[in-house]
Amino acid sequence: MAVKVVSELTRNHIHRLAADGKRVDGRGPDEYRPLKIEKGFVGSAEGSARVHLGKTEVLVGIKMDFGEPYADSPNKGVLITAAELIPMASPDFEAGPPREKAIELARVVDRGIRQTKTVDLEKLCIEPGEKVWLLFMDMHILDYDGNLFDACSYGVLGGLSNTIVPASRLEAEDYPLEIQHQPLSVTAAKIGNAIFLDPSLQEEQVADARLTVATDENGDVRAMQKGLNGSFTFDEIKEIVDRARKAGGELRKQIVG
Amino acid sequence: MEPEVRLLDENKRRLDGRAVDELRPIKIEAGVLNRADGSAYLEWGGNKVLAAVYGPREAHPRHRQDPARALVQCRYNMAAFSVSDRKRPGPDRRSVEISKVVSEALGHVVFKEQFPRTSVDVFIEVLQAEAGTRCAGLTAAAVAMADAGIPMRDLVVSCAAGKADGTLLLDLGKEEDNLGEADLPVAIVPRTGEIVLLQMDGHLTPEELETSLKSAIDACHKIYEIQKDALRRRYAVTTEHGGAPPPPKEPETEADTPPTTEEPKPEEVEAPEPVVPETQEGE
Repeated sequence: MAVKVVSELTRNHIHRLAADGKRVDGRGPDEYRPLKIEKGFVGSAEGSARVHLGKTEVLVGIKMDFGEPYADSPNKGVLITAAELIPMASPDFEAGPPREKAIELARVVDRGIRQTKTVDLEKLCIEPGEKVWLLFMDMHILDYDGNLFDACSYGVLGGLSNTIVPASRLEAEDYPLEIQHQPLSVTAAKIGNAIFLDPSLQEEQVADARLTVATDENGDVRAMQKGLNGSFTFDEIKEIVDRARKAGGELRKQIVG
Repeated sequence: MEPEVRLLDENKRRLDGRAVDELRPIKIEAGVLNRADGSAYLEWGGNKVLAAVYGPREAHPRHRQDPARALVQCRYNMAAFSVSDRKRPGPDRRSVEISKVVSEALGHVVFKEQFPRTSVDVFIEVLQAEAGTRCAGLTAAAVAMADAGIPMRDLVVSCAAGKADGTLLLDLGKEEDNLGEADLPVAIVPRTGEIVLLQMDGHLTPEELETSLKSAIDACHKIYEIQKDALRRRYAVTTEHGGAPPPPKEPETEADTPPTTEEPKPEEVEAPEPVVPETQEGE
């Protein structure tokens, strides 16, 4: 990916505002952009969710198929996560196989779902060692205005929550996929000394460091990922985890309902 | 149906005999490769890792060049034979992600503005793996960068903490990593305490997270001493007498009263106070 150039004027403007705890679009430090989730958007998928987070738009499709389990977990279904940063979503995205940004995105979202045991993989076993359900979670980025980690995390959770397991292919009844837990990712960006949740693209481009925290419905931490060249202090990490737990609780209601 | 595996005995000793807050043994050697501008070899428990640094050199492909600063590009790679089940050679998604977060962590300490359009290329090869390879690789890479003479604010040092068998543990070993409940790799800049790498997966309460983070940071400071020692050994002055550093020629106490019988050394002759530039500056 080519180096993105942000004008000094924009950079200084955002930093000056941040020094007073203000944001370029007038939001509060912990205020999320409007979140809209449209479940079941794709009829050809077993589950899906189209997410608008402000002007960021992602479409998550859940597909299921059967296949062989991994040798070390013969009685568990398999989760497969992939993200595509398609060129229509941003002038900075290029066609081709996933690069590090897409891979990191998919893996961080995957970690939140997997570590929280959102789906009981043992229930996706059909014949131990022989046949299990493969659960594909594909994230399609349609419009990129920042904070893909959270938009995709909400999309995956939204998609899973309306997934119908196509058991009729095995001569059984279709049934809704059971969601055991609700991991919720909250991403913070550090700009100067200010820390804002749900960074927009402009904020991401000037941010020093980024931290994504996935918490479950009990407020326990399930996955984290720090990004960008900057750093956090110990106290900042504590503070972000705390803010992520609060924000996560609010957002969870909107997504799972 | 998870098999019941005990990772701690009744005295809270771990499978390899360590205490809960004890690191595996760590050894670092700097400057182990010929062609690389800087290199380091590290053993950390059963991990064996090589790191090599090239650059700053022209960044390729050229469209990746940054007109204002150097790129720090790391490639983390595991040898096919480094794990018990052969790993397919080449980058997989895990190694791409590790390469990215390690690059970002190392990039924080480099004076990148001094080398526009260039790239500092860092190569980490895991030769033998036993949990915690990203921490081992990052710790070795920082030494290799210092060995290459890359201008840096400080080293970067990394260590993981986590939870297994219901107990918070420092520096998870193989079984603890595979069967454990949480893993928290951390990297810091020791002089400032800044956290430059932080990942976590598993299940921790906020309090456990804080405790684990603290213990990983404490361990980083210990490993920092091992890094510095490796660099000191690499750059210690050797003499023809057989490698020992030369004895101090002039003990500090003698510097105040030079012996009158000997000729003053050339450096001492040139020593008059440079008052001239001071007065000229006033004009």
